Amino acid sequence: MSMVNVGRPTRPEQSLDLGPSPGAGRGLQQYEPLIFELGGWGKTGVDFEGVEGDLDAVDLDGLTRGAQPALPGLSEPETLRHYVRLSQKNHAIDLALYPLGSCTMKHNPRLDEKLARLPGFADVHPLQPQSTVQGALALMETLSHWLETLTGLPAVALSPKAGAHGELCGLLAIRGAHDARGEARRTVLVPTSAHGTNPASAAQVGYQVREIAQTADGRVDLADLAAQLGPDVAAVMVTNPNTCGLFERDVVEIARLTHAAGAYFYCDGANFNAIVGRVRPADLGVDAMHINLHKTFSTPHGGGGPGAGPVVLSAALAPYAPTPWLIREGDTLRLEEGAVGPAAATQGRVSAFHGQMGMYVRALAYMMSHGADGLRQVAEDAVLNANYVKARLSAAMSPAFPEGPCMHEALFDDTWLDGTGITTLDFAKAMIDEGFHPMTMYFPLVVHGAMLIEPTETESRLELDRFCDTLLGLAAAARAGEVERFRGAPFHAPLRRLDETLAARKPKLRWTPTAR
Amino acid sequence: MRYLPLTPDDRTAMLAVIGVDTVDALFVDVPDAARLAGPVDLPHHASEMAVERDLVRMAARNRAAGAGPFFCGAGAYRHHVPASVDHLIQRSEFLTSYTPYQPEIAQGTLQVLFEFQSQVSALTGLPVANASMYDGSTACAEAVLMATRVTRRRKAVLSGGLHPHYAETVHTLAHNAGVEVNALPAAVDAEAAVLAAIDAETACVVVQTPNVFGTVTDVTAIAAAAHAAGALLIVTTTEAVSFGLLKSPGEMGADIAVAEGQSIGNSLNFGGPYVGLFACTEKLMRQAPGRLCGETVDAEGRRGFVLTLSTREQHIRRDKATSNICTNSGLCALAFSIHMSLLGGAGLERLARINHARARRTRDALAAVPGVEILTPRFFNEFAVRLPRPAADVVEALLTRDVVAGVPFSRLAPAAGLDDVLLVCATETTTDGDIAAFASALTAELAR
Repeated sequence: MSMVNVGRPTRPEQSLDLGPSPGAGRGLQQYEPLIFELGGWGKTGVDFEGVEGDLDAVDLDGLTRGAQPALPGLSEPETLRHYVRLSQKNHAIDLALYPLGSCTMKHNPRLDEKLARLPGFADVHPLQPQSTVQGALALMETLSHWLETLTGLPAVALSPKAGAHGELCGLLAIRGAHDARGEARRTVLVPTSAHGTNPASAAQVGYQVREIAQTADGRVDLADLAAQLGPDVAAVMVTNPNTCGLFERDVVEIARLTHAAGAYFYCDGANFNAIVGRVRPADLGVDAMHINLHKTFSTPHGGGGPGAGPVVLSAALAPYAPTPWLIREGDTLRLEEGAVGPAAATQGRVSAFHGQMGMYVRALAYMMSHGADGLRQVAEDAVLNANYVKARLSAAMSPAFPEGPCMHEALFDDTWLDGTGITTLDFAKAMIDEGFHPMTMYFPLVVHGAMLIEPTETESRLELDRFCDTLLGLAAAARAGEVERFRGAPFHAPLRRLDETLAARKPKLRWTPTAR
Repeated sequence: MRYLPLTPDDRTAMLAVIGVDTVDALFVDVPDAARLAGPVDLPHHASEMAVERDLVRMAARNRAAGAGPFFCGAGAYRHHVPASVDHLIQRSEFLTSYTPYQPEIAQGTLQVLFEFQSQVSALTGLPVANASMYDGSTACAEAVLMATRVTRRRKAVLSGGLHPHYAETVHTLAHNAGVEVNALPAAVDAEAAVLAAIDAETACVVVQTPNVFGTVTDVTAIAAAAHAAGALLIVTTTEAVSFGLLKSPGEMGADIAVAEGQSIGNSLNFGGPYVGLFACTEKLMRQAPGRLCGETVDAEGRRGFVLTLSTREQHIRRDKATSNICTNSGLCALAFSIHMSLLGGAGLERLARINHARARRTRDALAAVPGVEILTPRFFNEFAVRLPRPAADVVEALLTRDVVAGVPFSRLAPAAGLDDVLLVCATETTTDGDIAAFASALTAELAR
């Protein structure tokens, strides 16, 4: 297996100097100043329709601002150039494999984008009369049916706006159920390998967080769980498949122990992609689980959002779902927005309106495109691809849990780098020079120098091989002592390594006229 | 299946490399009883054409806001978004990238966030803005939680002018964290009652301007009273276009400003996704929720941007984090920032003046309708009217005359006893014809 290095030097070299002087550029990489440095002061790039009457005649009793907002305005061509040039400084799924473990960076179908922009979905107001939005409500009902069927749970709260918001919502339902029984349980148990959002969400609902130990084979330590369960425990939050990329093979026992202690079993559904269509969380004993539509159901990550985090709930937790509730009455759908009727025990509203409609359209289009058979294939191919990568890379790198298959992501530690003087960070940055985005690094925290690789099902075998060949080539270079190539990497990205310490020590969070 | 590249031959060859015979062997850790033998009971895969046909049919059962005269606001606003905005946010490099945790290959997103933060800072008049929240309501709840951390107090006073859905969201997200939420009664001039509710236990006062009834208020005196009591002032804005014309929260003494940014760059989308704006004073920076993008240099001294001060965040601080937020509204923030770059301060001011003028013209037309009482004396682009009948009934009746008349206040707060109040909003998209149609339909309906 050879290094993919066609057209690129494999030795470190001084990278291209693309700035800071405006106007500099090399090839397709353009230096691009801030909008504040493009000279648009006092200008606007928008033409307004003529309005009769004097626009100066405001009726605001001196409540107008002291000065116009100090923001430049750019013409359309300047705007297009600015953002297209910036876009070219980003890695993207559409450019190459994006192996961020736990993030599920898969292909985003463009049909979904097209449909979300239909005026009947995009140009609909959340508070217009419900008789005029029956199609939107029907879409929400259909999406709910798919999510309930895929998880085996009887209810779903669509409105949470991202995974962490869904966690919060699920935990609020759990707290509501305990409160209704007069049980003041105040502790949530979370494995040490959990996403940071789990303990953060639990704390925001007013719970104390205690960690559950992990076994040598990367799973929840049942003995420790049993020892920690007690009358103060409200919930056990487990990610399954877990953040080590492993299925919790004792999950049914985890649920049994949790329920026997009077607690609820919350599943972080971030990794649902590995089992969708093959395993229903309800059959594992799960009481509540959020589903990141931007992961499993492929709504675009958009450089950090928006996401959507519907949470499926058991019959016991359903009464505590947030408002609004979608209610069918014969041929008509309506939103119950208050804590009345069937929604009397609701936890209340978790955001102003009904959730991420634009994401619902995309996710439903994705689900309908795959169907029950295709979603099953999604899980199979995601797991197959991860195991293929694990098998190939194990030739040179050290899998954290070599025994048995992984699920949708392959976890390596850094023992294979021992003695090279190269860290996980260095190795990951060197991947950038080879055209790939790094894998998730140093997470989960339970594995030293963790490298978590999630290829997803939308990668071809050719791209997987290109990726594996590249990493194996890099591994060989690391072993051969080419230290500088790693420590200085990346050399071929728009910028070299950034000084994060400086950024944190002297925070500069906005442009100011005297900044440069 | 069009999104799955592997062929049956690929799968066979890959299983051989792994060293197993079937894909089932990879699911060996799943308990037997939980392994589904076949597909779940849902339709099988469908062609692009078939999916499009089904969803187009669903979309057709909704009345688009642009289909006729339309006067709904109350937290979501119909504005014109330039075509280039939607084109640019669909660039693969923006649309299909992740949170910019690898700054060397995410400078596009990071520079956008730095510019976005700078724009939000200029609009709100506060020096520190974050990289976005889910929406205005959750940003408001985060601000309340932040104020309780900063002041180590537990009471939050919410003005009766705060959008009732925002007040509910604050209550849901804060009361389990131990915050005592005092939501004052809804009223057109609710801000007047806020001062009396502030005491030595108050962590923060939340006011909205323009408020949910449209009333524009100078909250400078409330800021002074809050500060005198050791509390923080949180100013909420649901209509971001108003920043082009009205005194900014910072000018009036706000410690934290939160806003719904949907109006700039983003469609109505039946309520989401939207983009929450969050800004605060320098002093509060390290207690802010969410991501912050900061300027720095690379190894060769060139300017670049990174996510910074992340020791506040959940992936580092876990249960001690300032918030549980991870995914935010990145792409909506990009849309906001592009639209704002096109507008500039000058364009935003002009847009705001047009909105104000359209709303005044609508007010004048409705004031002439017998039976209608204008309730909001001083407003930006929306105002409240009192009708002689329940507003919800009038809205339904006007639908038959092809006018969407606005939002009945009872939809937001059924128990407020304000069933006869209608919230009416006009924007630059509102034409003279729309206004005339509304006035004439309302005249006819109320004369019945």
